Amino acid sequence: MTSTLEPEVGKARRRKEDARLITGRTRWTDNITLPGMLHLAVLRSPVAHARITRIDTSAALELPGVVAVYTASDLDPEGAIALPCAWPITPDMKHPRRPVLAADTVHFAGEGVAVVVARDAYLAHDALEAIDVDYEELPVVLDMEAALADGAPLVHPELETNRNALWVFDSGEAGTGGDVAAAIDEAGASDDAIVLTRRFRQQRLVPAFMEPRSTVVDPTGAQTTIWSATQVPHILKTMTALTLGLPEHKVRVIAPDVGGGFGGKIAVLPEETMAVLVALKLGRPVKWTESRSECMITAHHGRDQIQDITIAARRDGTITALKVDLIADMGAYLGLVTPGVPILGAFMFNAIYKIPAYRFACTNVFTNKTLTDAYRGAGRPEATFAIERIMDELAAELGMDPMRLREQNWIKHEEFPYTTVCGLTYDSGNYEAATGRAMELFDYEGLRREQQQRRESGDPVQLGLGISTYTEMCGLAPSRVLGSLSYGAGGWEHAAIRMLPTGKVEVVTGSSPHGQGHETAWSQIVADQLGVAFEDVEVIHGDTQSSHKGLDTYGSRSLTVGGIAVVKAAEKVVAKARKVAAHMMECSEDDLEFAEGKFTVRGTDKSTGIGDIALAVFAAHDLPDGIEPTLDAEAVYDPENFSFPHGTHLCAAEVDTETGRVRLRSYVCVDDVGRAVNPLIVEGQVHGGLAQGIAQALFEEAVHDESGTLTTGTFADYLLPSAADLPSFTTDRTETPATSNPLGVKGVGEAGTIASTPAVVNAVVDAVRHMGVNDIEMPCSPLRVWAAIHRRDPGGSGIGGAEAGGGLGSISSTEGGVQ
Amino acid sequence: MRISVTVDGTQYTDDVEPRLLLVHYLRERLGKVGTVVGCDTSNCGACTVHLDGHSVKSCSVLAVQADGSEITTVEGLARDGNLHPVQQAFQDNHALQCGFCTPGMIMQSIDLLADNADPDEAAVRAGLEGNLCRCTGYQNIVRAVRDAAQKMRGGAGPEAEQVSERPVTAGGGA
Repeated sequence: MTSTLEPEVGKARRRKEDARLITGRTRWTDNITLPGMLHLAVLRSPVAHARITRIDTSAALELPGVVAVYTASDLDPEGAIALPCAWPITPDMKHPRRPVLAADTVHFAGEGVAVVVARDAYLAHDALEAIDVDYEELPVVLDMEAALADGAPLVHPELETNRNALWVFDSGEAGTGGDVAAAIDEAGASDDAIVLTRRFRQQRLVPAFMEPRSTVVDPTGAQTTIWSATQVPHILKTMTALTLGLPEHKVRVIAPDVGGGFGGKIAVLPEETMAVLVALKLGRPVKWTESRSECMITAHHGRDQIQDITIAARRDGTITALKVDLIADMGAYLGLVTPGVPILGAFMFNAIYKIPAYRFACTNVFTNKTLTDAYRGAGRPEATFAIERIMDELAAELGMDPMRLREQNWIKHEEFPYTTVCGLTYDSGNYEAATGRAMELFDYEGLRREQQQRRESGDPVQLGLGISTYTEMCGLAPSRVLGSLSYGAGGWEHAAIRMLPTGKVEVVTGSSPHGQGHETAWSQIVADQLGVAFEDVEVIHGDTQSSHKGLDTYGSRSLTVGGIAVVKAAEKVVAKARKVAAHMMECSEDDLEFAEGKFTVRGTDKSTGIGDIALAVFAAHDLPDGIEPTLDAEAVYDPENFSFPHGTHLCAAEVDTETGRVRLRSYVCVDDVGRAVNPLIVEGQVHGGLAQGIAQALFEEAVHDESGTLTTGTFADYLLPSAADLPSFTTDRTETPATSNPLGVKGVGEAGTIASTPAVVNAVVDAVRHMGVNDIEMPCSPLRVWAAIHRRDPGGSGIGGAEAGGGLGSISSTEGGVQ
Repeated sequence: MRISVTVDGTQYTDDVEPRLLLVHYLRERLGKVGTVVGCDTSNCGACTVHLDGHSVKSCSVLAVQADGSEITTVEGLARDGNLHPVQQAFQDNHALQCGFCTPGMIMQSIDLLADNADPDEAAVRAGLEGNLCRCTGYQNIVRAVRDAAQKMRGGAGPEAEQVSERPVTAGGGA
């Protein structure tokens, strides 16, 4: 039979994962119960900065069902345990010790001070009420600029500064571009050029994955087993061993079903470490599951930057220089990659544009707030926001159409591969194609005409059009690049393929999913590579015992690194099978063709299927000399370059000038993520990414009051959008295959979030620009939009600049509104 | 306090603390861990189940309040190995990613379709306002609910879901 199998890659396969998720047969960490298991509850500081002068746990210990109550002096008497930060961005970076529990000082509201161990979670939480702690409050520092000022209260006095690090990239110094200062001076002195400086604010966000974090530790086996709702089981295993001095081979980590992460579960938690310590101390299994309120104040936040952007351009629109000065809020401590998050944006402010001179300087600062770390996009949404916002502002200053300005400066499709002013080489892209398609779907010209009509008629509801033409660097990451950035690990990924005697296939991946659909996508890839049925592939992940090697899931790396490792492993299986096939069919290896799961002797109809070979190898009765009886293979793939998805996002927003309310009328995006393994999954990733990016633009903000209390600490106050808050999106794709990997794939997980925020804000500003507005701080809530239109300072007038959720006001009364 | 409830067709009698939340009773006492807890302010809807045929957030109901009631969770929807049409539609339309909100989302969608057999997009979005999803951007959830509406016929869902007090329109109900 010569029927041709339809390739699996490219098919909109329904997901394998869904069967258990839609029927409730799930394995969330909090579902796990073990014999004799005890429950932990953590007492948390209600104040942002204070000395602990007394902790009395005696009353709690007397409560029925309470097994133990521990403080820092019980779990870490030497004060020696420090939770890891794997990214010391500069040699002189200031790095405070982050303890399991605060010993004598708390540095943010929510920091743990004691842990109760009880027979059930209700009793454990009851006992928290019985612990008595005296706090002597210390001055708090919350505003980033105030923290950098001389004489500011210090978050960590032993560091003698609130400055964590200064990280600089300068194209002149790096030899990748010109001298920014000279280019800006030249533009400033010329009548034929302009220099534009703007300050943008990236508000603080909460990742808000739906599954609260949870960990179960069982110390009763040969290995201490840690189940955790984590994105990074492999990193957690190694880091737990290093942090606690445990032998690494005595630790096993399992990430079972994990309910979302978005970067928020890239972490090694004090609570995970605490659970290990308590379990080992008591010799019994323990569980910690947080409440949502606990999650909001203790799980790391994201974004939170002040961005000072200077762009220089000739009057014809040609950009001549870009200078970026950031201040980034670390919060009170450094998490796994906290200081590096803004640095991931360093190479993306230049975006898709040909910019001859570029300088990026980022000052990281400590404040008495929850730590920040990765949140979907991590550094790149911030960069994309700033460049796409200032492109619109530059267009307005020059009196140019904002798309025309972008077109004039972007890299043309025939110019790929293109090495940017940051020294990154973009392998492929076609900005013209994606933009052309998006403009067509959006009816850009028609909407511009309507905008004009509404302006002329003085319609109370004005229309604005927002553009975002983005790219991003993802697929973290080439190990040598990570090394050059002082990151504490590489960026490779591992895969293994096990050929079973019956012809079925087990694929082991080091990339640990939490909603992305790896089981489906990896099955599609392997089905094509080995010519086996999609249904005959099982994907194994998330348990360091079965998936022993990996670097996990973040930075849109799973497919472009982990998926390619799977391809490489499959190639090795085929190479092994080829030798056996040649032996079985008594021919030379060179005479064999492998297609659709069969080795065929060229020019004959003689063939052997890979399943038959697997069985022959299992029996091992008659193998060629020197051949091991196995087809199994593994591969570790280290990419040579990042992947650079791109696209054009267009947003039409109606702004009610009387109420400040924004309604998204249409949202069109055309993304180019290279070849799509599963278009259904790609579309889903784009939808979800858009929702999060739009939420930053319009709804979400983590707000602290002047004492450092998070006032948006529940889902009643922190405005996660519901179905009723979002429109339907029009999505499409162009396909410009990546040239950096054999599948031609690029990352997709973060693209929607990275692209959408500036598209929405640009649309809102565009709607009211003729009313004298050139910026509205995010989230563009009705109050802020109204205040911008009516020239009210929402802070100064005392009506609250950060009304998202709690309406309790922002930390700085001078921020916000019209600039 | 002693309560008797029927959960997914099985009767249970238990002594419970008056303060025990229904969702914790289901998870911790009955092992019905398909129903999950996503928040503590009744905003997220992940814990949605049906109490005597109507959706409730089981974090906002005390176990004692469910005494004498019939409860259906996501685990009780499939019949004889056949998925409920809404479950099937969620898979067909890629209406879930991490799947944590999915049990609540499915239970709420069934309730919504019981009230309105053929909802338009706006009605679906409004009907799901109390259920949060962080992965999907809701677009495919909306698509799934409308797809299920097209495929459902009166009586397709479990008996507990049927709203007998209002007339079942042709092609809808369930």
